Amino acid sequence: MLATISQLTIGVVDLAAAFLFMYGLLRMASPVTAPSGIFVAGLGMLGAVVASFLYAFSVSAAAEPHLLVNVGLALVALVIGGGAAWWSGRKVPLTAMPQMVALYNGMGGGAAGAIAAVELFGNKTTGATDLVVTLLGALIGAVSLSGSLIAWAKLDGVIDKPLRVRGQQAINGLVMLVTLAVGGYIVFVAQTGADPVMLMPGSIYLFFGCALVFGVLMTLPIGGADMPVVISIYNAFTGLAVGLEGFVLQNPALMIAGMVVGAAGLLLTLLMAKAMNRSVSNVVFTNFGAASKHKQGAIKGELKPMAAGDAGIAMRYAASVIIVPGYGLAVAQGQQKLYEFVKLLQAGGVAVKFAVHPVAGRMPGQMDVLLAEAGVPYDLIFQLEDINDDFSTTDVALVIGANDVVNPAARTDRSSPIFGMPILNADKAKKVLVVKRGEGKGYAGIVNGLFYGDNCNMVYGDAQAVLIKMIEAVRGLGLPAAA
Amino acid sequence: MEFQISITGFVALYIFMLAAFAGWVIIGGVPAILHTPLMSGSNFVHGIVVVGGIFALLNAVTVQEQVIGFFAVLLGAGNAAGGYAVTDRMLAMFQVSAPKKKHAQSGHVKAVQAKKG
Repeated sequence: MLATISQLTIGVVDLAAAFLFMYGLLRMASPVTAPSGIFVAGLGMLGAVVASFLYAFSVSAAAEPHLLVNVGLALVALVIGGGAAWWSGRKVPLTAMPQMVALYNGMGGGAAGAIAAVELFGNKTTGATDLVVTLLGALIGAVSLSGSLIAWAKLDGVIDKPLRVRGQQAINGLVMLVTLAVGGYIVFVAQTGADPVMLMPGSIYLFFGCALVFGVLMTLPIGGADMPVVISIYNAFTGLAVGLEGFVLQNPALMIAGMVVGAAGLLLTLLMAKAMNRSVSNVVFTNFGAASKHKQGAIKGELKPMAAGDAGIAMRYAASVIIVPGYGLAVAQGQQKLYEFVKLLQAGGVAVKFAVHPVAGRMPGQMDVLLAEAGVPYDLIFQLEDINDDFSTTDVALVIGANDVVNPAARTDRSSPIFGMPILNADKAKKVLVVKRGEGKGYAGIVNGLFYGDNCNMVYGDAQAVLIKMIEAVRGLGLPAAA
Repeated sequence: MEFQISITGFVALYIFMLAAFAGWVIIGGVPAILHTPLMSGSNFVHGIVVVGGIFALLNAVTVQEQVIGFFAVLLGAGNAAGGYAVTDRMLAMFQVSAPKKKHAQSGHVKAVQAKKG
């Protein structure tokens, strides 16, 4: 009786949780409703976790003597894991968001893999389908765990260079083949009852080991600029793994939540790859961003430096300014100063907009969050397709900490590695001001013709220092607030 | 009455297919400006894996199963709690530039202009 009631309760709560997850994600379609969206999804999660302890009333006979210990372990794990992650999530600076998302994502993949391991070691799967799905979920979850950890290390600067060896793809392929072979062997032994050549626990360890190694090998060669795509892929992977383990555990809430995230991750991955004008396989399998062998034609014109104060004053007297922020701005921690400067311009009647490229930052939409953190209202922030036509009627385009996303070579130079990538048309503005640390090249290692244009001036220096000078110069004019 | 859920074969595939469609459509409607919170939000949603971890741990028999199950719950809880914390934090930062004030102002300007006219 108790078992029936507990099962019914779990069923109802999980159903509600699945609904709340989807409803919550649906509410994320607008910045206005999004905070309530994550809140209702959180309620669903809380309910599902609390209700899952009702499984205690219907555990298998073999597990019953251990029940008290197991419940205790579960509570301790919840408090430690949840507490540590909550604390770190509250404390971490927003610039570190990509690596945190990678880390939490890896944890999810690891959890899915661990569930599969319990099923495999305990020999709890019934039938070939069950076993194959368990192994598949284990594989994807394990790859997501180790891959996400490498992504975290790269984003956090623990590993600062893409690591590449000759024949890397052959090695990766071989490791994958071995993993699949071991998986196939496990299924074969389980199904035929053949005398195992290798003991079962050994095969399972080998299977997980290979899967983890594959995740590491797959992620190591990928460069930092490709991280938005990589994080999306692993997000999708973890979702998929969770969905598959949900099937094994006969839990539809896990199946639905996992698959929704799997599809979401896939969509985001494709969007990111499109914004970089590259296919997903190109990101994962080719070594972009190492040394570009592309020979560039001579660029006409010269770099024309300008003092920060003069640049600030020039913008104060402009009618309209579009700001193109890039990752360099975030590195210099200049967002707050930038918005302070923008408010000065606005007070003087200058129309200011922000143009954000889809891959600005180290994960999709990161620049939007960093601007929001600095207090920039989101109605001032425009995405590429919405603002690109406005550049030609704008007085000043201020490019700050961005490079490749405003390189006109993407439109004109067929031989350029970034040819065809959608870019922000900053070069079409009447005047272009570029704030940059030095004369270096962008992430793709390509010279930017924009900087040499007749309408372009370079303002050299750390973004934050430059902005402080601009603010001082405009304040120094002593103009009335509204012109 | 029996409430044990049983999903096999094609029913599972139908669930997967419909869920994938739902995910694709729902996420397709999210503007690019919210892609980071969306990603951490969907990251949070697959933290539901912690429920599977709890199920596995409660049914653990051997010490080995208990240890692995413990880690499943630990990692799953980290996924869920961390994902929620960062998403909630980011979403709280998105604000509009005081629209009411703006409207009131332009309304005032119009009124003044109307008087002048």
